[in-house]
Amino acid sequence: MFVSSELLHVTSFSLGMAALATLVMLPPGVTLAWVLARHRFPGHSVVETLVSLPLVLPPVATGLILLKLLGRRGPVGRLLDAAGIDIIFTWKAVVLAMAVMALPLLVRTARAGFEQGDRRYEQIAETLGASPARVFFTISLPLARRGVIAGSILGFSRALGEFGATIMIAGALPGTRTLSVAIYSHTQTGQEAAALGLLVAAVLLAFTAVFASNKLSDTRTEH
Amino acid sequence: MDPVPVSLDFTLNQGSFTLSIHEHFEACTVALFGPSGAGKTTVLEVIAGLRRPSAGKIRIGTRQLFWSEGGLDVPARGRRVGYVPQDVALFPHLNVRQNVLYGAARGGPVPDEKVVHLLEIEPLMDRRTEGLSGGERQRVAIARALVSAPDVLLLDEPLAAVDVTLRGRILTYIARVRDELAMPIIYVSHVEDEVQRIADWVIVLDGGRVVGSGPPGRTTGR
Repeated sequence: MFVSSELLHVTSFSLGMAALATLVMLPPGVTLAWVLARHRFPGHSVVETLVSLPLVLPPVATGLILLKLLGRRGPVGRLLDAAGIDIIFTWKAVVLAMAVMALPLLVRTARAGFEQGDRRYEQIAETLGASPARVFFTISLPLARRGVIAGSILGFSRALGEFGATIMIAGALPGTRTLSVAIYSHTQTGQEAAALGLLVAAVLLAFTAVFASNKLSDTRTEH
Repeated sequence: MDPVPVSLDFTLNQGSFTLSIHEHFEACTVALFGPSGAGKTTVLEVIAGLRRPSAGKIRIGTRQLFWSEGGLDVPARGRRVGYVPQDVALFPHLNVRQNVLYGAARGGPVPDEKVVHLLEIEPLMDRRTEGLSGGERQRVAIARALVSAPDVLLLDEPLAAVDVTLRGRILTYIARVRDELAMPIIYVSHVEDEVQRIADWVIVLDGGRVVGSGPPGRTTGR
């Protein structure tokens, strides 16, 4: 009973946090993807590299950067502390770590979606009197929707499996334990049965996410 | 309809290609005539505000759209030109009705229903765009441009993707738009016969330069 209630709690917590992280990263991620796909500006390559950095940096290193920024003595953390907002070692840190680690996947996939969309449709919409915001929401975004959805699923899957950055800024506390962190903790403390139960849940979730993403890619190829 | 004063006086440098046009005229339907690569489509894109000239002025009717020295460059969304590109570019994720009404928010003197009726596209309104024939696509694209209440209609090779047997019909529709809606048209073509039938003023372009202009017949035969 202990295992199953923990399994239920940790799985639903991880799913909820990953979903929230996906929602949080969608507006900046989609905007960044569109800007990188449609605009050339000084520093374009630098922004492109910065966005992709969490993909290649060790996740614990990204976690350490976040910790230094958001810790009470960090430049951002100090301001948040003054405003009475606590992030480090709370569920908010879990969401943040997941969102930062998943963002590059969303941006890269959504950007490809925007690049596949023909620029001419946007131009024609402009000649029909549409404002830049209307062009984005009625033409650019709907035409890139498959890339945005696929990127969101990939990002969500990445968020679900996040470990390194999460343990650095959220720890392995009862209120911040995700699937990966719980598997690690149980293995470290010799609770193999509990770890195995969580492992099955993790595999099932990962399988479902990749399956859905592949299905979406198949539909995309058919059209 | 009364002829509309048009002033196309600009230069555009694009790599090794230079487009230079300095024409002032009054007409109802102007044809830009010339071989492929002459710069005809580029002229339409410049008028529509999709390309920025290196220098010069553009005025259609009473509206100044571009004036490099005065720092004026009306953005595409404010130019009130109905641009129908050669591939018509109907929005693939919207049906015919949604395409036609896309620019309706701007509001204009001609009711949307009149445009739909004039181009006989009522039966197409609830269809998806991918199943339309070349002629139907062209009519829907013209309707979409007209519903946005333009001051001028820019048509780029409107018969290029239309079946040979239907070309006469499309030309008739275009003539109806010009006459019944009193809509000035700038019409791009490389086919002399089309130009003779539709235009009352012709500008002949070759290699980015104007090599002749005047009433049809005298100019296209060069």
